[in-house]
Amino acid sequence: MSKPPLLEIKNLRVEFPTRHGTLVAIDDLSLHIAPGEVLGVVGESGAGKSMTGAAIIGLLEPPGRIAGGEIIFDGQRIDNLPDEKIRQIRGRHIGAIFQDPLTSLNPLHTVGRQITDTIAAHLPLTARQARTRALDLLGEVGIPAASERIDHYPHQFSGGMRQRVVIALALCADPKLIIADEPTTALDVSIQAQIIVLLKRLCSQHGSAIMLITHDMGVIAETADRVAVMYAGRVGEVGPVSEIIHNARLPYTIGLMGSIPSIGEEVDRLVQIDGSMPRLNETPPGCRYHPRCPKVFDRCKTERPELIPAGPSRVACWLYEDPTEVPALDLVHSAAARKAGDSPHSRGGAPAATLIEAKGLKQYFDVSPPLLTRILERTGRRIVQAVDGLDISIKRGETFGLVGESGCGKSTVARTIVGLFNATAGTISYNGASLSTREERARNLSVQHKIQMIFQDPQASLNPRWRVFDIVAESIPKSRRSLAGGVKERVGELLRQVGMSPLDGDKFPHEFSGGQRQRISIARALGGEPEFLVCDEPTSALDVSVQAQILNLMVELQRTLGLTYLFISHDLAVVHHISTKVGVMYLGRIVEWSATQQLFTRPLHPYTRMLLDAVPDISKTGTMRSQVEGEVPSPIDPPAGCSFHPRCPFAQDRCRAEVPESIMAEGTAIACHAVQEGRLPAWRAP
Amino acid sequence: MSQSPPTTDSFFAADLARRAWNSDLSYSFRRSKVTVVAGIITLIYLLSALFAPWVAPHDPYDLVNVNILDSFLPPAWIEGGDSRFLLGTDNAGRDVLSTIIHGSRISLGVGFASVFLAASMGVTLGLISGFVGGRLDAVIMRIAEVQLSFPDILIALLIDGVIRSILGPGAHGNIAFVVVIAAISLAYWVQFARTVRATTMVEKSKDYVQAARVAGKGTAYIMFRHLLPNVMGPVLVIATISLALAIVTEATLSFLGVGVPPTQPSLGTLIRVGNDFLFSGEWWITLFPGVALAIMGLSVNLLGDWLRDALNPKLR
Repeated sequence: MSKPPLLEIKNLRVEFPTRHGTLVAIDDLSLHIAPGEVLGVVGESGAGKSMTGAAIIGLLEPPGRIAGGEIIFDGQRIDNLPDEKIRQIRGRHIGAIFQDPLTSLNPLHTVGRQITDTIAAHLPLTARQARTRALDLLGEVGIPAASERIDHYPHQFSGGMRQRVVIALALCADPKLIIADEPTTALDVSIQAQIIVLLKRLCSQHGSAIMLITHDMGVIAETADRVAVMYAGRVGEVGPVSEIIHNARLPYTIGLMGSIPSIGEEVDRLVQIDGSMPRLNETPPGCRYHPRCPKVFDRCKTERPELIPAGPSRVACWLYEDPTEVPALDLVHSAAARKAGDSPHSRGGAPAATLIEAKGLKQYFDVSPPLLTRILERTGRRIVQAVDGLDISIKRGETFGLVGESGCGKSTVARTIVGLFNATAGTISYNGASLSTREERARNLSVQHKIQMIFQDPQASLNPRWRVFDIVAESIPKSRRSLAGGVKERVGELLRQVGMSPLDGDKFPHEFSGGQRQRISIARALGGEPEFLVCDEPTSALDVSVQAQILNLMVELQRTLGLTYLFISHDLAVVHHISTKVGVMYLGRIVEWSATQQLFTRPLHPYTRMLLDAVPDISKTGTMRSQVEGEVPSPIDPPAGCSFHPRCPFAQDRCRAEVPESIMAEGTAIACHAVQEGRLPAWRAP
Repeated sequence: MSQSPPTTDSFFAADLARRAWNSDLSYSFRRSKVTVVAGIITLIYLLSALFAPWVAPHDPYDLVNVNILDSFLPPAWIEGGDSRFLLGTDNAGRDVLSTIIHGSRISLGVGFASVFLAASMGVTLGLISGFVGGRLDAVIMRIAEVQLSFPDILIALLIDGVIRSILGPGAHGNIAFVVVIAAISLAYWVQFARTVRATTMVEKSKDYVQAARVAGKGTAYIMFRHLLPNVMGPVLVIATISLALAIVTEATLSFLGVGVPPTQPSLGTLIRVGNDFLFSGEWWITLFPGVALAIMGLSVNLLGDWLRDALNPKLR
């Protein structure tokens, strides 16, 4: 290596002493970052990525402690410095950006004060100079009207803007290294894109190196120069980004890459890595990945592999022990799975009957302050128009994907359709039976049972005090219960159907991993013998390899049980993978819906195009994409006319005044004046 | 036919005991010496209260055993003391130690009964308040707030007075116990209700409640089958702390002469009776029941504190 590395981690070991023994969270980890380099650190949750970041800046949560190894920053050893010394480095030479912009700013101070305080702590500047510098920084991170915004409090900023402030805060002393821990995970895709572009531009301007910690391969692909893949507290593979993405060597990396759905390709099944990351107290001996590895052999089970060079990368895998012999790793599972044929897009066959249909669906929530407050403060009622005139119709056997950014009302649609909310207006009919109101649902109970739901957070959707058996048994209808031996048999059958053992029924939810809990959740939904499953972000709380397992399971269940899905997600790639039709939602309305294939190859609505543009894609290594400005407005006071017009590059006077009707054209329903007037240029793929 | 091993049940019990011993709760209990001591003392109180007739050296309320000639004997280790009466005797010649053991039986009994009543009332109202919300919630919570603005002892006195005046002066004996228990539990349900309401409001927004609704379950089912087990953690803590408070409140009421009937004196009654003799030199008649009450209250309180910390994930 020509230049000495800016940061060098040698054999780092982080331990957590507990009463059950010492847990080793990071075991013998070595990494380095060159000046100005962007090192991506990826891995699923529990891999120890965030802990590595925390160890570098001396912010390990006790009782965690560095039990071995060295961290050398800029020629100086920093892991054993006293608190006082490390504090001078932290913020001055190493900046940090955390995941949640909501909690990383102090809500009681103005953003200006927080930035100037940080500047004053590290740089010898007067208050006035510090303020000027703060203003410059805010301008630099793209906060409009910075001179005014500097005196605002964090709650007056939106999520994306807050994350910009956090970036300004990290940059304020021109640090040589920035540790960005999942900086975009809490943000919507369109905002995420803005932040990635910003972060990358600023760091190259300031010459800062970045350690970018994320689970999102798309973000890494576009941003990082080099990538380190972590698994269970160790680095499994490290190398240039294009090598890792296109030419991965470690079986884990290959599996991980395969399990990410991509908009570019059509596959029937995602590559699936069975099992999940081992918990800290049960890390297997030898190579920690060996229980899940398809290429495992005897040596992996006993001896731990160290990083060895393999091409331009370094891999910790016994397969690469002999440098002259490159194993042919056209991994079996990927070859089998990656054949497009019976993909959801080409499935379908004969046109089926409409199963569920909603017309003019509206769901308003009254969030007004109490009457007395309203009178005293002279304010009116505040109504959240979460869903505002939505039409949807789903045919039997279809998977209807509903995408949109947070706050657009997707989850409300899900909850209204399953009947958790009583719709404010509009009709819902299921297979001819009307389910528009609570009374109608009560009357058509047998129909209502055909609709079940899968929830986002498998942690919250299972009662922690109930045994799995009772959880699954809950949704089994009374008619079924009366059959002899009914419930017990049925629960066992349901658990088997989702790939679990009937013996698991005796356990409590906390004894399972996230993916297994989601399986239990699916089993519960199946208990009602549904025809129609509403899935509200069923995989967004899961790691990619587990997400692949769940998506595969859902496709399988659909095939065997003939289910119809309403699949709600903010992740376009996931929706692309699983859906036959896709609707794009913006502020309570569907702005465009059509067959998946068509929507992703020939998007019409400007918002759809914007979303597609913003998706970080692993195949687009190192590309810069066009930025989309603006954020989703509040559904309390949506813009007049077409609600997208403030962000739309094609907006005209008519868009500002008139709500566009949804019109069918070439199999696509579209609500956009520009499209309908034919003044939108043709789409070119990014 | 597969035959299950004969040891299944005992194995299961052993397994359960091992799991309980290894649980975080028992670990944090064992680690805190103060808590262990408090636990042992509470256990001694409970056992001696439960088996009072067998534990107490004398039966102070059996007139056959009481000899007026033994009255005002000082504790055994003081000159003039009698080795039969370790802590001395009172004005009627009753053994003070025995009266304390029988008295704590009453105190604990009333305490447990009132806490049980207060908890059932508070938990039910809190669940309804938090889950149903709206007007009903407003009404319940306003009542609770009004009650909170008075001192607990005042509420208990008031309720006690009201019930007594309704029942008339002739109401004695077992009715008096019921009155005291009702008064104390009506004074303490508010804490339970407020805590349970807050926890319910957090829990009811979780998806498992929504899932139960999708499965077509009714409000009462969701409230008692789903939410109740999930809100019981804090209730346990409050119950323990309220137990100490209830014991002290009962003692106060009895001390003021409106508590349990004098024929079955609790610790509070003993203190009141002994108080009359404090200035004539027979200090032991009031001091020992007082000390017994203080230690009981302290131990239960310490247990409650430990439970609160151990069950609070933030303090772990």
